[in-house]
Amino acid sequence: MKYTYYPGCSLEKNASAYHDSTMAVAAPLGMTFQEVEDWNCCGAVEMMAIDKMQAYALISRNLALAAAQTPPGQRMVAPCSACFLNLSKCDAHLTKDPSLAAKVNQALAAGGLHYTPGRVQTRHLLEAVVKDVGYAAVKAQVKRPLYGLKVAPYYGCLIVRPGFLEKFDDHEYPTSLDVLMRALGADVVDFPMKAHCCGGHMTQISEEVALGLIYRLLKNAADYGADVIATICPMCQLNLDAYQENVNKYFGTNFRIPILYFTQLMGLAFGMEPTRLGFGKEFIDAAPALNKIGVEPPERSKPERPSKDALPMPVMPEKE
Amino acid sequence: MSEERVGVYVCHCGSNIASVVNVEDVAVWAKEELADQGVVVARDYKFMCSSLGQELIQDDIKEHGLTRVVVAACSPHLHEKTFRTACNRAGLNPFLCEMVSVREQVSWVHTDKELATNKAKAMIAGGVERVVHHQPLEPLHVPINPATLVVGGGIAGIQAALEIADSGFPVYLVEREPTIGGHMAQFDKTFPTLDCAACILTPKMVDAGAHPNITLLTWSEVERVDGFVGNFTVTVRKKARYVREDVCTGCGICIEKCPVKVLDQNFEAGLGYRKAVYRPFPQAVPKYPVIDTENCTYFKRGKCKACQIFCPTQPNSIDFEQKDQFIQIQVGNIILATGYDLFDPRRIPQYGYGRLANVFTSLEFERLCNAAGPTNGDIVLRDGVTKPKSVGIIHCVGSRDRRYNNYCSGICCMQSLKFAHLVKERTGADVYNFYIDMRTAYKDYDEFYQKVLEEGVHFVRGRVAEVTDAARKPGEEGKLIIQVEDTFIGKQRRIPVDMVILSAALQPRADANEVAQKFGIACSTKGWFIEKHPKLDPVATMTEGIYVAGCAQGPKDIPSTVAQGAAAAARVLGRIQMQELALEPIRASVIEEKCSGCRICNDMCPFNAIIFHEDRMVTEINPALCQGCGTCVAACPSNAITGTQFSTEQIMAQIEGLLMFNVEGELIREMAYA
Amino acid sequence: MTITAFPTEAVARAPRTFMQEVIEDTPGGNPRLEMCIQCGTCGGSCPSGPDMDYSPRRIFAMIEAGMREEVLRANTFWYCVSCYLCMVRCPQEVRITDIMYTLKRKAIREGYYRDSSASDAPDFSETFVDAVMKYGRSFELGLATRYHLRHHPLDAIKLAAGMGLNMLRRGRMDLTPRRINNLDQLHAIMDKAKEISQAERAQIGGGA
Repeated sequence: MKYTYYPGCSLEKNASAYHDSTMAVAAPLGMTFQEVEDWNCCGAVEMMAIDKMQAYALISRNLALAAAQTPPGQRMVAPCSACFLNLSKCDAHLTKDPSLAAKVNQALAAGGLHYTPGRVQTRHLLEAVVKDVGYAAVKAQVKRPLYGLKVAPYYGCLIVRPGFLEKFDDHEYPTSLDVLMRALGADVVDFPMKAHCCGGHMTQISEEVALGLIYRLLKNAADYGADVIATICPMCQLNLDAYQENVNKYFGTNFRIPILYFTQLMGLAFGMEPTRLGFGKEFIDAAPALNKIGVEPPERSKPERPSKDALPMPVMPEKE
Repeated sequence: MSEERVGVYVCHCGSNIASVVNVEDVAVWAKEELADQGVVVARDYKFMCSSLGQELIQDDIKEHGLTRVVVAACSPHLHEKTFRTACNRAGLNPFLCEMVSVREQVSWVHTDKELATNKAKAMIAGGVERVVHHQPLEPLHVPINPATLVVGGGIAGIQAALEIADSGFPVYLVEREPTIGGHMAQFDKTFPTLDCAACILTPKMVDAGAHPNITLLTWSEVERVDGFVGNFTVTVRKKARYVREDVCTGCGICIEKCPVKVLDQNFEAGLGYRKAVYRPFPQAVPKYPVIDTENCTYFKRGKCKACQIFCPTQPNSIDFEQKDQFIQIQVGNIILATGYDLFDPRRIPQYGYGRLANVFTSLEFERLCNAAGPTNGDIVLRDGVTKPKSVGIIHCVGSRDRRYNNYCSGICCMQSLKFAHLVKERTGADVYNFYIDMRTAYKDYDEFYQKVLEEGVHFVRGRVAEVTDAARKPGEEGKLIIQVEDTFIGKQRRIPVDMVILSAALQPRADANEVAQKFGIACSTKGWFIEKHPKLDPVATMTEGIYVAGCAQGPKDIPSTVAQGAAAAARVLGRIQMQELALEPIRASVIEEKCSGCRICNDMCPFNAIIFHEDRMVTEINPALCQGCGTCVAACPSNAITGTQFSTEQIMAQIEGLLMFNVEGELIREMAYA
Repeated sequence: MTITAFPTEAVARAPRTFMQEVIEDTPGGNPRLEMCIQCGTCGGSCPSGPDMDYSPRRIFAMIEAGMREEVLRANTFWYCVSCYLCMVRCPQEVRITDIMYTLKRKAIREGYYRDSSASDAPDFSETFVDAVMKYGRSFELGLATRYHLRHHPLDAIKLAAGMGLNMLRRGRMDLTPRRINNLDQLHAIMDKAKEISQAERAQIGGGA
C-alpha cells in the first residue's frame, strides 16, 4: 500500500532511529512512502498557544501540499503522535467549521495554495500497520521472534485520544500495540500506565514536574518487570530515554530501561541488522536487554491456581 | 349558506389569551363575518371552562337551537372533555363541539396583538367551517376480560399481582427466570431502614406462589400479543424445565448430586457458583429446579443422568424429553414490570473492573455481604479470606455521563450510603464515598445520610478520575489507588484502599425495545417504557389496557417501585370493575369498494389494528384497537381509508376556513369546497 | 400570517461575559464550557494537576464568576501537557484541552502570563514558534540554548555540557537549523493568517 509520508521535525535527527527503522520495515510490510515535498513543522503543542489562525494555517500548508502532490484517496502517515494529532485535528476542525476553513484558505491563497477539508486522511504509523497491514501479515515476516523479551507497550496520549477523524483504540486501555508485540513473539507485560502522558514539553517548563511524570511511567514499567518499553512517539522516546538518568538522580532510583521504537522491535524480529534500525542512538543502552532474547519461546509458567477460597473474577471480553 | 346553527365562544383565559388577542373584537367579528357560515351567536367570556362559562353554552344551545359549537380557548388536550360534556348536558351530541387552540397556538407564541387577533379569527373561521361537517358519534363499548397478565416477577410485578389477586380477580404472572423475586432477592439490606431484603420479600413471594388467583408462569416468556384492551390474547412460551412440576417435591437431591459447577452470572452476579441443575436460591418460588442444558453433561455428551438416578420421586421428576410449551391466555389488561439491567463497568476501563481483582460492582457487593451469598456475608477481598481495612465507594458509575447514560440513576447515593454503613458495621474499615452530588430526597433518606456521617465514613466530593494499582509512593504499594480531585479543597488526592465498590447505573433491559414493540407501547430512545403522562398518568401507557410499573419505566428505588406496582393494579382493578369500556369513537375505517388490497397500510399501524382478508383481498380496521392516529389514512393511495372526526371533507373545510381572510381580516375568497 | 420574532436585540447588545468570550474564541465548534457540573474529573485526571494553582474545574468556576484576571494569571493552562485525558473522560463532554489553548492565547495577548508562576512556558512556546516561522522546521539546539540562556543561564551551560553534548554525540541533534525550500511561501501564508487573526480580534474584541 502506498502512503503519503509526513516525517515531522523529530524524525530528521533526534528520532532518526524511528525514521530509519520505519524505512527498513516498510518493504517487508508492503508499505511504500512518498514524502511530502517541502513539508513544514506542524507547530507541535506550541503554535496553538500563540495564534489559532496561524496554527491552522501552518498545519494546513502541509495538508495542501500533500493534496497537490498525491492522488486522492492516498492516506498520509505520520509516525509522530503530535504530528498525527495536529494533522487529523486540523482536518476535522476545518471540515466541521466552514468559516474557519474559508479563513485558512484565505491565508493559504497568499502562498498560492488551497486545501479542501477532508481531502487528506491522516493515520498514525501504528494505526496504518495495525489496520492496513494487519497482525497476520506482520507475524508472517517474523524470522527471529523476540522470545523472552518482556515488553511494556507504551502508547502515550495523543494517538488514542481523542480520535478526531476516527477512534483508533480505547482511550484508556488500548491493546493494539500489545497484540502487535505479541505477534513479534515478545512477552507483553501488563502496563497500567500505558496511555498516560510522558509530560510532553514539560521538561522545558518545569523539570521537577516533568521528572515526576516520567518517574511514574518508568516505575510502573519496572514494577511489572519490563525489559524494554516500546514507544510510538519521538517525544515519549526522548523524555523516557534522555531524562532517565535525571529521574534516577532526582528520585534515587536505578532504572535502566531501554526505550525503543516499535518499528525497531519489528525490524529485529524480522531478522534485520540492529545498525540498520538505528540502534545505538538511545541513551539507555538497549544491548543488555536485547541479549535476553532467546532462541526458544520461554516455558510459560502455569497461571497460579486460585485458592479454593478465592471468589471468581469477572470475565473480560476477549479483544484479540 | 350553512343550514347549521353555530355558536362561537371565545375564552379570555384570564389574561392568558386576552392580553394578546383582542377577544371582544374576535367575538363581534365572528358573529358578523361568519353569519353566512352559520354562526348565530358569538360571545367572549373570562373563563369559558368555569361552571358559569359552561352554562352560557348550555343556555345558548337551548335558547338559540344551536346545532354546532366552537370554543376558542386552550388546547383540546386540556378542556375538550369539559366542553363536550357541557354540550351533552344540553342535549347536543358531544362530537358536534370543536375546539380552536388560540392560547397554545396564538397568544402564547405571538407578541404582535393585531396579527395575533387576525390569526385567531382565521383559526375560528377554520373551526366553524370544519364543525358543520361533523357527524354525531356514539362511543364504542367493549367488554373487559377480568383476567390480568403481569410480565416480570420482581417486586413491582409481585405487588401488582397480589393487589389484583387479593381483590378476587385472576392474574397470570410471567417470569423469564426460574424463580420470581427479581433484583430485590439478590440484595442484603434495604435502605433506609436496613430491613433484610429477603425477610420482607420472601413472604410476598410465597403469597404470590400459593395464591389461588395467581397462575405463576416462571421460566417463561411472552411470545406474542394479539387483541386489544379488554380482550388480549397472549401466547406464552413455557421453556422446558426438564423437571416435572407435577411430581417434584423440591427436595434438592438432584442439585446435590449434579457434578457440574457453573459460574452463576445471574443470581450470584458472577461471584458464586451453581449446579447445572439448579434453583437460584433456597427460597425460590416455585421450588422446582431447572436444568441448564448448555452446561448439563447429559445434554452435552449424552451421559451422566445423575439427577435422574438419584431423584427419589415416583414417577421420576427428571424428564430429559420435555419440550417448550406454548400457552395461550386471555386477559383484559397487561402490566409490564420487566425491571432493569446493571451497567457493565468494564466499559469504563479506568475504574479497573475486570482487571483489578478487588474492584466490585454494586450487585457483586450485595451478594458479598448477603448472609446467603457465596461468603455467607463475610465482606472479604477477591481472595475470599482477607478483610479489607479500607474501602472506596464510587457513585455515578455510568450515570450522569453523556458517554454512557446522561440521567441520574436515582438509587445509587442511598445504595452507596447503605454499603458504607454495612462495611463500617461489619469490618470497621475506613470507608470513603466519592460523589458528585449527594442525592437523598424522600422520607428518612437524609436522616440515613446523617447516621452514616456520624459513623465516621469519609466523604469526598469529586468524580473519581481513575482506580489504579500503579503505585508511586511507598504507602500505595499493593493497594488500589483512587485518584480524584477533592473539589472542596481543589486538590488532586490519591487515596489507597483495599477494595473498591462501583455503584453502577441502572439501565433499561437490553431487549426493552423488542418488548415495547411486542406490546405496542412506546419506548424512549434510551429504552425506558414511556408512561401516558409523566406527572398525571404515570402508570398508564398510550396503548389502552397496558400499564407499566417499576424500573422498566425509569430507575427507581423499592418504595417507589412497590407504589407503582400497586398503582398499576389499582388502575387495572378500576377497569375490571367497569366491566365494559367506552372508547372514543375517533377511528379509521376502510371503504371496502375503494380498497385495492395493496396492503400498504397493513404494516404501518402502530397499534396492530389492521386485519387483511385474504379471501376478499380487502383490509379492515379493528375499531377497538384503532387509536385514530391517522397513519393509515395518510398512507392509503386509493383514499379508501377515512378517519371519523378527521375526514377529508372536514380537513379541507377547515383549510378553506383558514384561508378565507387575509392578514388584515378582509374576506379574500369564498368557500370553494362543499 | 406573519410571526413576529422574539426580540433578541437587547440580548445581543449586552457586553460579552468572560465565559462567552472564552467559548467564542475556542475553535472547532461549541466547547460546551457552560455545561461543566464541577465534578472534578478533569482535575483528578490531570497528570500535572497537583502542580497547578487552580485545577481546570476551578478555572471553569472562576470563568463563570467572571474572574478574568485571576484566571489569566493562573499557571493552570501553562501546565497543561495537552494529553486530552480530561477531555475524553469529561462526563459532560466539555472540550477542556481546546479551552486551555484559548486561555494560553488570551494570557499571552493580554500580558497576564508574566504574573503566572509558569511564566517560562509562553516564552518556550514563543521561542519554538519563532524558529518554525524563521526556518519552517523546529530547531532543537537553537530552541534549547536561546530559551535557557534567557531563563536559566546556568542550566544552559549545564545543558550544553550534559544533555546537549550527549544528544550531539549520539547524532540526535543538529548544529545548524534545517530550512524548508519555499520559505517565502510560508511567510506569506503566516503573515496573511496573522492579518486575519488581527482583523477577527478587532471585530469581536479580545479574541485570539
